[in-house]
Amino acid sequence: MTAIGDTTRDVTRRDFIRVGATAGAALTLAFYLPGCGPAETAGKGAKAAAAGPAFEPNAFLRIGHDGSVTVISKHLEMGQGSYTGLATIVAEELDADWSRVKVEGAPADAKRYANTQWGGAQGTGGSSAIANSWEQLRKAGATARAMLVAAAAAEWKVPAGEITVANGVVRHAGSKREAGFGELAPKASAVAPPADVTLKDPKTFTYIGRSERLPRTDVAEKVRGAATFTQDVQLDGMLTAVVAHSPLFGGTVKRFDAAKAKAVPGVVDVVQIPTGVAVLAKSFWAAKKGRDALQVEWDDSKAVTVGSAELSAQYADLAGKPGKVARKDGNPEAALRGAAKVVEATYEFPFLCHAALEPLNCVVRIDREGCEIWNGEQMQTADQAAVAALLGLKPEQVTLHMLYAGGSFGRRANPKADYVLEAVSIAKAIDGRAPVKMVWTREDDMRAGWYRPAYVHRVRAGLDRAGKPVAWEQRIVGQSILLGTPFEAFAVKDGIDFSSIEGVVDLPYRMPAIQVELHTTDPGVPVQWWRSVGHTHTGYATEVFVDELAAAAKKDPFAFRRSLLAGSPRHLGVLELAAEKAGWGKPLPAGRGRGIAVHKSFESYVAQVAEVSLNSDGTVKVHRVVCAVDCGIAVNPDVIRAQMEGGIAFGLSAALYGEVTLDKGVVQQTNFHQYKQLRMPEMPVVEVYIVPSAEAPTGVGEPGVPPIAPAVANAVFSLTGQPVRKLPIRLQRATA
Amino acid sequence: MITLNVNGRDLKADVEPDTPLLWALRDGLGLTGTKFGCGMAQCGACTVHLDGEPIRSCVTPVSAVGSKKVTTIEGLSADGTHPVQRAWEAEQVPQCGYCQSGQLMSAAALLARNPKPSDDDIDKAMAGNICRCGTYQRIRKAIHTAAEGGAA
Repeated sequence: MTAIGDTTRDVTRRDFIRVGATAGAALTLAFYLPGCGPAETAGKGAKAAAAGPAFEPNAFLRIGHDGSVTVISKHLEMGQGSYTGLATIVAEELDADWSRVKVEGAPADAKRYANTQWGGAQGTGGSSAIANSWEQLRKAGATARAMLVAAAAAEWKVPAGEITVANGVVRHAGSKREAGFGELAPKASAVAPPADVTLKDPKTFTYIGRSERLPRTDVAEKVRGAATFTQDVQLDGMLTAVVAHSPLFGGTVKRFDAAKAKAVPGVVDVVQIPTGVAVLAKSFWAAKKGRDALQVEWDDSKAVTVGSAELSAQYADLAGKPGKVARKDGNPEAALRGAAKVVEATYEFPFLCHAALEPLNCVVRIDREGCEIWNGEQMQTADQAAVAALLGLKPEQVTLHMLYAGGSFGRRANPKADYVLEAVSIAKAIDGRAPVKMVWTREDDMRAGWYRPAYVHRVRAGLDRAGKPVAWEQRIVGQSILLGTPFEAFAVKDGIDFSSIEGVVDLPYRMPAIQVELHTTDPGVPVQWWRSVGHTHTGYATEVFVDELAAAAKKDPFAFRRSLLAGSPRHLGVLELAAEKAGWGKPLPAGRGRGIAVHKSFESYVAQVAEVSLNSDGTVKVHRVVCAVDCGIAVNPDVIRAQMEGGIAFGLSAALYGEVTLDKGVVQQTNFHQYKQLRMPEMPVVEVYIVPSAEAPTGVGEPGVPPIAPAVANAVFSLTGQPVRKLPIRLQRATA
Repeated sequence: MITLNVNGRDLKADVEPDTPLLWALRDGLGLTGTKFGCGMAQCGACTVHLDGEPIRSCVTPVSAVGSKKVTTIEGLSADGTHPVQRAWEAEQVPQCGYCQSGQLMSAAALLARNPKPSDDDIDKAMAGNICRCGTYQRIRKAIHTAAEGGAA
């Protein structure tokens, strides 16, 4: 075991390079932009810009002597293509050679790397990576380009205006001179950054919108098994920790007997931590066997013991009672009284687990200088602050080494830093004697909570004699994700968590009267955002109800939507494109039905048409999905297509199979045999069409998810005449 | 100490005989390309070849491996140019990438015994590999591309 006193930062760096997560190249030039952090925060070896008091350095790229361009990503790469998308923006304005562009994860540093949509915090979520970086990274690339041009102009004694840059080469046609970025880098580093730069006319973009030239920056290492995830970190003397957790949320350790665990060869230590008992060993397998041998008695006196059936009944009861009014326009009560027809439906949604394929884990080293974290971090600075608070350190004493995450879908952005603090607690409990890699098993990951909350929606609407809606009332019952978190002040107003009502409160359909109400429940189950957050249930309830309403009005669901979307041209745009490409209205083979849904989330608009049939056992087969997306300027179209394909598959897993249930507080699903996922044979053919747009780009990581479940449910409705009011659409449980 | 033939070399791993091959590879030999996803042969992230056959290394104890030849993602090709690796790049398959070592090993085993698989063949051979990012459509395309020798 490594003695803590001998651990030095030099060892740290060496280890880190060994795990392969740094670029490792000799990088001597750094451009710091006027941005949002004080000059003194500029990194080691950086040449700080001569910034005025209103400007602060902000580092997003480095250029090496060898001409390589390293883009620093302030966002986690968890599969959504953020590294590639962000690098595309920089490379465009820099006119870099894409084959020489690589991406490195930024450290935790709110001053330089805050998400511009998240106040002062650095983090990835809400499909915000591209949207919040767009201007910032265009300026980053353009400023660097201007400095390279200025350096070349001075060197060649020619006017800067006559110099062109293309594909990583700076040229002066008149004097037939050219130089690569690497040659010009040392001189460019001495140039004062321009206070203002001219950004390209989008018509002249060579990378943005042209994905055929732009392979993802992470694919080559990912097909060789060479990409480093948290699970892959190996440090000298590192121990692996496996933790025994209470089977109930809120359960605590009463007492434990470590004798048998310590007898397992390879087990080094057994320690109690706030969330359970950790077994530390020289390998995962020894730690796991140690945990199996460990005897723990739990104190359940404050534990959650609710069952799913009980919760479901409570929620249904609340759905019948008035809640807090989140929005009221017109007089829905009177309108409903005067309606020719009133349609009412109640929809029920289960808890959902993120189930990223990389189970949660985190690597921690505590030494005299502070704490180091190796992790695929989704909320860098909030986690950094939480770790610092736990250890009595200053945030800057907590160093973060960013790695790839093997999926996350929101889970690695825990508002209370749950798994990160657990790992740090283990390292703390052994007084930092060794670096610790905490590894959760699949069962740990699935039973830990932090689920997409269960919800019930009750929707009522009135139609006039012509079948036109006169009022819409929607009552939502479920847990708040944001109450009691550091984000509460941000997103909870008058007791209403915006994430519980998003997607309903901004209903795009024209309604003379509308009322949205919310009941916030508190059954004690830890809940969290799950890819597309509130839209996972609001998109379903609204879009399935629109089909029920269309049926009551005896109208075609596509035509019915069109008639109500005149005021929402971007909704209409994707709806019409998806319908056209799907051949809406054209005959289908016998037994097949079509369903359509449209939903805006995170300022991106997506419509999907699903073609389904029913299997002889009553399960649903999804054959084809046509998807139209409007996310503003399409920065990297192939990444956008991939996110739509992936979002559809992710949403289908939930729609067809996803359900976490509780029995007396105990989570009933432990692994993929009980929490079923979409697999290759169930994957539909997906076609993606991108609406051309000159609007600023918005995100694509989440918006592909919300429309798929209602599109499939509406297709089922078209076949059966029975609306699907409970998810998953059909349970398929593997029998033991 | 157990000797395993991995990627053409005899390597010694200091592990107990009941250790799953997955953990012998990862913790014992430092070959971390093979991933842990479920621990019970449900997700396929740990897929390696044993004498050319795809197996789930998370449920295969090293004591059962004996002298059989183990191939991991690191040994699929010397330089990342196995036809499936080239096809995966050409079709831009990976998203998070965590499942892809297992997907590639299953696909390579499929093509070794069936050089021109149909969609049904692909469904059967790949059904044991979960991708939470939902890259299935691209995987299917990449397998066809590799089968046709199409990835330049």
